[in-house]
Amino acid sequence: MKRIGWADVGPLFRDGMSVMFGGFLGTGTPAGIVQAMCDADLHQLTLIGNDSGLPVPGVSPLIAERRVSRLIASHIGTNPATGKQMMAGELDVELSPQGTLIERIRCGGSGLGGFLTPTGVGTVVEEGKTRMTVGGRDYLLELPLRADIAIIKAKRADRLGNLVYDRAARNFNPLVAMAADVVLVEADEIVETGEIDPDLVMTPGVLVDYVVLARSN
Amino acid sequence: MDAKAVIACRVAQEMQDGFVVNLGIGTPTLVPNYVSPEVHVTLQSENGFLGMGPLNGETNANIVNAGGQPCGLQPGAAIFDSALSFALIRGGHVDLTVLGGLEVDQDGNLANWMVPGKMVPGMGGAMDLVTGARRVIVAMEHCTRNGGAKILERCTLPLTACHCVDLIVTEMAVFRRDENGLVLEEVAPGVTEQDVRRCTAASYRVAPTLREMNLERIGARAIL
Repeated sequence: MKRIGWADVGPLFRDGMSVMFGGFLGTGTPAGIVQAMCDADLHQLTLIGNDSGLPVPGVSPLIAERRVSRLIASHIGTNPATGKQMMAGELDVELSPQGTLIERIRCGGSGLGGFLTPTGVGTVVEEGKTRMTVGGRDYLLELPLRADIAIIKAKRADRLGNLVYDRAARNFNPLVAMAADVVLVEADEIVETGEIDPDLVMTPGVLVDYVVLARSN
Repeated sequence: MDAKAVIACRVAQEMQDGFVVNLGIGTPTLVPNYVSPEVHVTLQSENGFLGMGPLNGETNANIVNAGGQPCGLQPGAAIFDSALSFALIRGGHVDLTVLGGLEVDQDGNLANWMVPGKMVPGMGGAMDLVTGARRVIVAMEHCTRNGGAKILERCTLPLTACHCVDLIVTEMAVFRRDENGLVLEEVAPGVTEQDVRRCTAASYRVAPTLREMNLERIGARAIL
């Protein structure tokens, strides 16, 4: 893990990148990194995460500033700008059931080629997918998801990048941390190696490339 | 009498001691207000915890429910990531889920996540919940705002899942679904079987034991 400053965050991103993010309605999304992405004048991003934010902003500033051309999420209803851009044909949205989305991300980070889920059988979610019957029950074959970069919000990181999340801000973060080529963490606190009890580490530091200290500190 | 209170009060009687329950947003969140004090359930929140409780005192920005609203944690609560949360849901570890509905049909199909061209919020966790929870209760008002039926022969809106609904609770009636279709089991005080038939577009049988909904916990009288 490399500790970086805020000036180093923007240059980690490029136009057209796929970005996987932690967070649920903004809780657990790294707000400082989202702001740095807006400041970096990026375009044509693909975002992969649970939702497009709000009531807590989450990734909504990137949607508002039209930096996103494709979004894979389970829910966009709390951020009306997402629906408007989708209806206007400016934003390509793929909706995936939440349990399917998180499992696709888990597969992407776990070396798995996909999984079978009963969720979505007989609905529009099935369109274009393979249905398989196992043990008399119907399932859909769902495929893994990976991204160029993952953005993570942690409560605490040590100097090796071991992470602890806070309460329900954990959500997608530990899974997203496994499914991207580069993993960037915004931490509220950076402590010395050894200060986090090994039993309490939620994401092992070997998965983390960069940590930036959250600005409110 | 408030329709939402009637629905929540009746749904509350389906809770059994020891159940793990997931409540959807809207009317289902009112259900805990009417659960008997002898019945203890553990509430699961899809964003990653068991042991959700009412907000007591200060709010923590990182303790929010599936609607993103601040909530509390009960002593003994457990927090986990979204993959475990949905493994619990799909894996049959949630005894009961209660969700709202736009349409339910006589085969137990449910539509509650989108209206093409109007409302495309996304399904969030709803498809997983109604597919994976051991029992699915739809808690909804009996008719649309324009008086149209919501309990239909066949859903017209995109489905959330097929054959998933076990019980429908409205402010007028309770329908249970068995292998042969829907059975009208209860009517609200002041509501007749004919009233229900006029407002319902599905085929259903009437239970020989048809009875009045028990709304003692809200002290209901004439509702309509």
